Amino acid sequence: MIWNEKIECAEREEMKAIQSERLRETVQRIYHKVPAYRKKMQEVGLVPADIRSVDDLHKLPFTTKQDLRDNYPFGMFTVPMSEIVRIHASSGTTGKPTVVGYTRKDLNSWSEVVTRSLCMAGVHQNDIVQVAYGYGLFTGGLGLHYGCENLGASVIPISGGNTQKQLQLMEDFGTTVVACTPSYSLYLAEAMKDAGIKKEDLKLRVGIFGAEPWTENMRKEIETQLGLKAIDIYGLSEIIGPGVSCECEHQCGMHINEDHFIPEIINPETLEPMPAGEIGELVFTTVTKEGIPLIRYRTRDLTRLIYDKCECGRTLVRMEKCKGRSDDMLIIRGVNVFPSQIESVLLEMSETEPHYLLIVEREGNLDTLNLMVEVQEQFFSDEIKQLESLRKKITHNIQSTLGISVNVKLVEPKTIERTAGKAKRVIDNRKL
Amino acid sequence: MIIKQLSVFLENKTGRLNEVAGILGDAGINMSAFSVADTSEFGILRLIVSDPDRALQELKSAGFAVRLTEVVCLSSPNEPGALARALNILSSEGVFIEYLYAYSMDNKSANIVLKPENIQKCIQVLQDHKMELVKASDLYKL
Repeated sequence: MIWNEKIECAEREEMKAIQSERLRETVQRIYHKVPAYRKKMQEVGLVPADIRSVDDLHKLPFTTKQDLRDNYPFGMFTVPMSEIVRIHASSGTTGKPTVVGYTRKDLNSWSEVVTRSLCMAGVHQNDIVQVAYGYGLFTGGLGLHYGCENLGASVIPISGGNTQKQLQLMEDFGTTVVACTPSYSLYLAEAMKDAGIKKEDLKLRVGIFGAEPWTENMRKEIETQLGLKAIDIYGLSEIIGPGVSCECEHQCGMHINEDHFIPEIINPETLEPMPAGEIGELVFTTVTKEGIPLIRYRTRDLTRLIYDKCECGRTLVRMEKCKGRSDDMLIIRGVNVFPSQIESVLLEMSETEPHYLLIVEREGNLDTLNLMVEVQEQFFSDEIKQLESLRKKITHNIQSTLGISVNVKLVEPKTIERTAGKAKRVIDNRKL
Repeated sequence: MIIKQLSVFLENKTGRLNEVAGILGDAGINMSAFSVADTSEFGILRLIVSDPDRALQELKSAGFAVRLTEVVCLSSPNEPGALARALNILSSEGVFIEYLYAYSMDNKSANIVLKPENIQKCIQVLQDHKMELVKASDLYKL
């Protein structure tokens, strides 16, 4: 089923007209309401009237995570707090989270795009959807939740973790759709094996997987082990959360809800727009958001756009699975991790120097984070218990900053490679 | 009475102990005694050597995390019950020992290297009980 056929199957010219009208309105609003945007536009000599259609989009200055940080927490909001009804946040680069606010209309738009995504995935109102994304500051849980309710499906708001309970409810409630990170779905499959549950014992038929990168091979494995159709959903909290784009049943790229979020592909070096079909950095301009509209927001995700009409009948532009990042952000178990966060934790501790090496592995189906930290001579103690307590302290401080567990290993001084240029701080052994 | 012991941080990987031994050997520094404390992740090598200060410099310049730790060395008869007697004295006087290791060179006496929490108190207690402490100069010479 196509939830909003008029939009999702609109002709290109029609879509451009909708986007242009909404863009003009958004630019007017941000220019007058957000000093940071007005300043940026004035710096390049732009006034709102210069933006007449989507063809003028490239004239606008970019917005980055740094802008959100500089205006932390609410400086980029365009409405007074009395109109904000929900706040979400994701991890930032320095420990301060990236904060987003939603008005009631924003929540409705979000539900709309998630509902469209669910329909693309083949979910309908008779489905029982187990939302195993985390509920909370992270947008995954609540985003999927309201989309399911809007569609009329039955939601099980179980949130993340608690694997035994997940399996029990899948069996007892006859869950037909599961939404979680792809790596967690494989973890569930393993837990099923351990518990002697066969995929035939369950009624799963669709999986909505996102919040971290995954490969076609992982898709095959998930589909085989869980006996469902594995659908990729994309989103980022800055833009709205999950539902920015989603695959349809043909699994040939994620349809972007482009009447809300206009995509562009730029060259991350020159920042120039790239011709359709080329790989570059994905940039979004939100054109319906009230709480925190973002103009040309650099996602740092590398991908390409496909403008051909899809077999499903939708004309919404598709984006391929992301091919990587144009910055050093890692996505580990659905959590954004910047190496600089680790560096700042180590710098804050007097016992350590910021020489470290982060090794990411995929053990079984779960990502593990191993952090090697050099023991500093002046803090080297002759006693095991003191070294152990130092290790525990580092572990605790890193975990509470990143929000995910980490194995800390103390290594001898000067064993971590020093380079004159950008130090090699991360080894990602996952085959993504 | 206070003995300078070298403590070296070692990662659990092959060849690290050889390297320490090689550096000291090349520098003409002799080892009198050593022990290795290990955990699953790393180890601490503790050494009594003929020239602790020079050994410290040699290992430091080779990039090791190394420090000098103060320990005492008790000479005890090499016979059943001797260690128990010494430890009984220490525990009854409330001297807390972080770790210890021992070695014997003949069947008359054995040396017990002790790392007490409070080294002055430990020396005092042992002397009060007429226990024989090995002098640093004698130990380095071994």
